[in-house]
Amino acid sequence: MHHFKRLAASTAVVLCASGALAQDSITVAIQLEPPNLDPTSGAAQAIDSVLYANVFEGLTRFDADGAIIRGLAQSWDISEDGLTYTFNLAAGVTFHDGTTMDAEDVKFSLDRARAEDSTNAQKALFADIAEVTVIDPLIVQVTLSQPNGMFLFNMAWGDAVIVAPESIDTIATNPVGTGPFTFADWVQGDRLELTRNENYWGAAPALESATFRFISDPTAAFAAMMAEDVDVFVGFPAPENLPQFEADPRFQVLNGNTEGETILAMNNKVAPFDNPLVRRAVTHAIDRQAIIDGAMFGQGTPIGTHFAPHNPDYVDLLANSQFDPALSRSLLAEAGLADGFTTTLKLPPPSYARRGGEIIASQLREVGIETEITNLEWAQWIEEVFTNKDFGLSIVSHTEPMDINIYANPDYYFQYDNADFRAVLDELNATTDPAGRSALLAQAQTIISEDYVNAYLFQLGVATVARAEITGLWVNQPTAAVDLTGVSWGN
Amino acid sequence: MSRNLIIGAGLTAFFTGLAALSFLWTPYNIEVLDIPNRLLTPGGAHVLGTDHFGRDILSMVMMGARTSIAVALVAVGIGMGLGVPLGLWAAARRGSLLDDLIMRGNDLVFAFPSLVIAILITAVFGPSAINAIIAIGIFNIPVFARLTRGAALPLWERDFILAARVSGKGAARISVEHILPNIANLMIVQGTIQFSLGILAEAALSYIGLGAQPPTASWGRMLADAQTLVSIAPHVALIPGFAILLTVLGLNLLGDGLRDWLDPRLRVVRT
Repeated sequence: MHHFKRLAASTAVVLCASGALAQDSITVAIQLEPPNLDPTSGAAQAIDSVLYANVFEGLTRFDADGAIIRGLAQSWDISEDGLTYTFNLAAGVTFHDGTTMDAEDVKFSLDRARAEDSTNAQKALFADIAEVTVIDPLIVQVTLSQPNGMFLFNMAWGDAVIVAPESIDTIATNPVGTGPFTFADWVQGDRLELTRNENYWGAAPALESATFRFISDPTAAFAAMMAEDVDVFVGFPAPENLPQFEADPRFQVLNGNTEGETILAMNNKVAPFDNPLVRRAVTHAIDRQAIIDGAMFGQGTPIGTHFAPHNPDYVDLLANSQFDPALSRSLLAEAGLADGFTTTLKLPPPSYARRGGEIIASQLREVGIETEITNLEWAQWIEEVFTNKDFGLSIVSHTEPMDINIYANPDYYFQYDNADFRAVLDELNATTDPAGRSALLAQAQTIISEDYVNAYLFQLGVATVARAEITGLWVNQPTAAVDLTGVSWGN
Repeated sequence: MSRNLIIGAGLTAFFTGLAALSFLWTPYNIEVLDIPNRLLTPGGAHVLGTDHFGRDILSMVMMGARTSIAVALVAVGIGMGLGVPLGLWAAARRGSLLDDLIMRGNDLVFAFPSLVIAILITAVFGPSAINAIIAIGIFNIPVFARLTRGAALPLWERDFILAARVSGKGAARISVEHILPNIANLMIVQGTIQFSLGILAEAALSYIGLGAQPPTASWGRMLADAQTLVSIAPHVALIPGFAILLTVLGLNLLGDGLRDWLDPRLRVVRT
């Protein structure tokens, strides 16, 4: 009897403890583990997923809907000629190591990112900066070499966050930022822990601590969520399981959009894809809805160009590449390939690529194009397809926001080389007036759609599965981020 | 004939028959996807239902049987074709340096975990059915070599071999004309067992994506594809699972039954 009482008492204590814990800590799962923790040099999205807005902040930032809002810069003035940006920094901001964040740190971060030997993955964001000047500790002035309508947008990227000069040497394993959470621990291959920054300069977050876990296997993801091992899964990898979570009162499912244009990339410099007729034939052979239904279980919006449909400047160009196998066959005949041809189709791991690849292979076979499918791991894909450009076809989702500029780089992996397109983008970069920018963006979208550079498939959706009580999660992914600032257990 | 033998032979014949039939006819063409009709439950136009791409599962199982049986058959062929002559040679030169070289070489191959080496081979040379065959085949060599040598050694001490030697036959001729026929039943039994292991290995390799590549059907990949669908469409995973189970069970029973049937010592007991 004694034993029983003690057991009951200890159980009660355990229950209370776990109940109390559940109120202010959270376990978040994402698919991929970051390779390092430096958003200003690593290209991997997983780095931003964990650290953006949580540990690191920039001058400006994306909010949940993708709008650009204030970050460390509380206000700014733009000169008449659009060349000088004067940022007024928030007062009383300290880095997690206790040092003060001031204009010198901003200058250091921007100069480091745009330096000749910088390893920043998105150096183009900083290309127009001519000079960064410290006016006083809380005012920093950035002078551009030419007007850039995207400058405030560029400064919101995870690659443009403000870092502390003292922490640079160890940033890859011990990130020191100004955000509402401090980095606590990283057990590689298992989890990464953040704790609340008690000295945060802004509104304190509701959560005391957060643990990130990395689960890429769809079956394991389903099991972990169902067993409540994780509270939130951002970017749930198995769309086929979502109806079960929707039906389960323990969970909520948030279906959002991302900046991920999912494309069937064609190697524009390799025969026969160097012939626009062949590329056009490929696009007409593809039934987008079958791919969205078959590979994504209905998640995704068809796109006709490399642009996000939820962006106000999106132009609906689906009519350029409607599903029409007969037209596709006649285009192939016109290109002298009436008997079809054989090419490679190299697929990275996500299910949009693996499943989508099988569907596309079957659709292409209908018009006489045979594909040899090779399934690759990400590292192999980066090497074979992205770096060595050794491929005919590949499927990948381009998740960077506003990344139509990749078509201006002839060395980019699909090797599209068009001087007219580059001229349009140069003009776009020099234009700050919104109407002019819209017109140029429309022109750019139309050029790549009518050149059939790639086959544009669909805008990747993102599903977040979470415990029903949790509030404040981002529905959409305007940038790769799991912003925990406003997240709470809804009490 | 034992019950094992009959059940085993029946199951083996059934799946071999499905594979053979797939060359002539399948209910549907598995290279044509029918997305609107995906995940249909068994019954109706699709006897075993459809998978996540709307492909007919019965047709997939038939084509998968072809892949599994072809891979396992060729792999066992490689193992037998190289392993048996090596074993005979080692037995003929028993005790010599050559015997040691052959058998230690076999030990070396045996020492590696077979699936790990299979993964290595397919990772280096790229995933394909051919590489899966080679990987599985290599690991069949020492099995047959060791078994052959072990069975051949005592035969070399027997009087009828002595008689053959006295009559002037060379070691190679004796191995082929006298040793081999006397160990053939052992080889058949072992071949059946290795065949079932080959089917399992092929399924394992395709499950992790290193076997036959799409659109070639494979039981292992059917299982892997169906993994996340278990809770919404269990038949998509259960059917290829049962196909593997029943084929391997059938081959094992067949191997057991054949051993009982072919072993002269057991035959005396039975009659």
